[in-house]
Amino acid sequence: MKEYRLKLPLTKEIIDNLRIGDVLYLTGNLYTARDAAHKRIENTIAEGGELPIDFKGKTIFYAGPCPTKPGRNMGSIAPTTSARMDQYVEMTFKLGMLSMIGKGDRANYVSDLCKKYGGVYLLSIGGASAMISEQVKSCEVIAYDDLGTESIKKLFVEDLRVIVGIDINGDVFQNREILKYKKN
Amino acid sequence: MKRIINTEDVIPIISGLVQKACYELSDNVLDAYKDALKKEESPYSRDTLKLLIDNAEFAKKEQIACCHDTGTTVIMMEIGQEISWSGKPLIDQINEGVRIGYRDGYLRKSIVKDPLDRINTNDNTPAVVHTEVVEGDKVKITAMPKGGGSENMGSFTTMVPGEGIEGVKKFVLDTVRFAGGKTCPPIIVGVGIGGTMDYCTYMAKKALLRPIGEHNSKPLYAKLEEELLEEINNLGIGTLGMGGTVTALGVHINYFPCHITALPVAVNLQCHASRHATAEI
Repeated sequence: MKEYRLKLPLTKEIIDNLRIGDVLYLTGNLYTARDAAHKRIENTIAEGGELPIDFKGKTIFYAGPCPTKPGRNMGSIAPTTSARMDQYVEMTFKLGMLSMIGKGDRANYVSDLCKKYGGVYLLSIGGASAMISEQVKSCEVIAYDDLGTESIKKLFVEDLRVIVGIDINGDVFQNREILKYKKN
Repeated sequence: MKRIINTEDVIPIISGLVQKACYELSDNVLDAYKDALKKEESPYSRDTLKLLIDNAEFAKKEQIACCHDTGTTVIMMEIGQEISWSGKPLIDQINEGVRIGYRDGYLRKSIVKDPLDRINTNDNTPAVVHTEVVEGDKVKITAMPKGGGSENMGSFTTMVPGEGIEGVKKFVLDTVRFAGGKTCPPIIVGVGIGGTMDYCTYMAKKALLRPIGEHNSKPLYAKLEEELLEEINNLGIGTLGMGGTVTALGVHINYFPCHITALPVAVNLQCHASRHATAEI
């Protein structure tokens, strides 16, 4: 299990060297977007409108947090099921996104897209939301405020722990690991 | 002798229960995590289980949601038949309790008003409410915030009776295999067998409330629970789908008589954040 402490945004050179199963501690800015925000971005592109964020080089975090309790920096937050965003992966890669953070398996075509666009899928821990909120030092709504928890938010994280789930070779971490323990 | 309860009394009870459920995993669930940690062979899954234990302890200490997906609020009520209600409609008061609990507890609002329009109600109402009339003059209320990731991967089928136990096993295993890591394992697998389509899925949901480690009182079903648990853990899915020897913490089956033509089977999956809290009036 290789471990790296990395600054965001992740550069192309760093991403090229990441391999499935590597454990990363990320520090820097992430942007949240989930179902409703992706849908709205897709509609904006179709209508030829202007997008509220520049995706170039960014890390997208599939997450919708709880409201923030007074005295804390961030409400409980952890990744949502990434598979629901599979249909938007090519769109966001084309816009320049290089990495996405979520949880769970993805459609086979997502690993092909990671290979094609040289991007990675990173796994955070679904449901470890109280603990992960400790790693978020600031949160600012960037767009789609009306979507509430589903708005696009800029987060500054410190030492957010993720595991490389799909690398630029299109290898899939879960596929490799499950085979080691599968008995039927 | 009838006992009269004002429906207003359920408001603070429900707001308190939804918060307690979201903030504090029970000792039963935490013990199951610790037991899983002993059995788990994958280093990735072991590390993740340790972090989930830390997360649960931290959420309880800080009184914040252990999981951000504070779910659809499922409310189960067992109402004693000696009870008579006064005041405003009970359903409105239940929803008021949910509204207050989620607002004041900084819990996420995850409900859209219409499944196709998809506009958030912004207060997590309406709750999904199940009521049963039972003997006595007490009311038992259970709040069960149910996250979307695991709820989305449940399944239902009606088999022909001839498919029997082997058919049931195959259906449950296929459901869990297909769900993979999406349900946030280690999971609890709730299974309903028999009844009608609606009652079968309700039994599967109710089975999730049973403490981990307890089996169905009928030996046939207890044996089936044990066999299914072993076969599910042999799938190798592991914690959060990262591979491992523990995929489920328990398999809980409820059954009910059914029609001579039918063998209905429902599977309702519960993520590792198995949250529910109960109070009695």
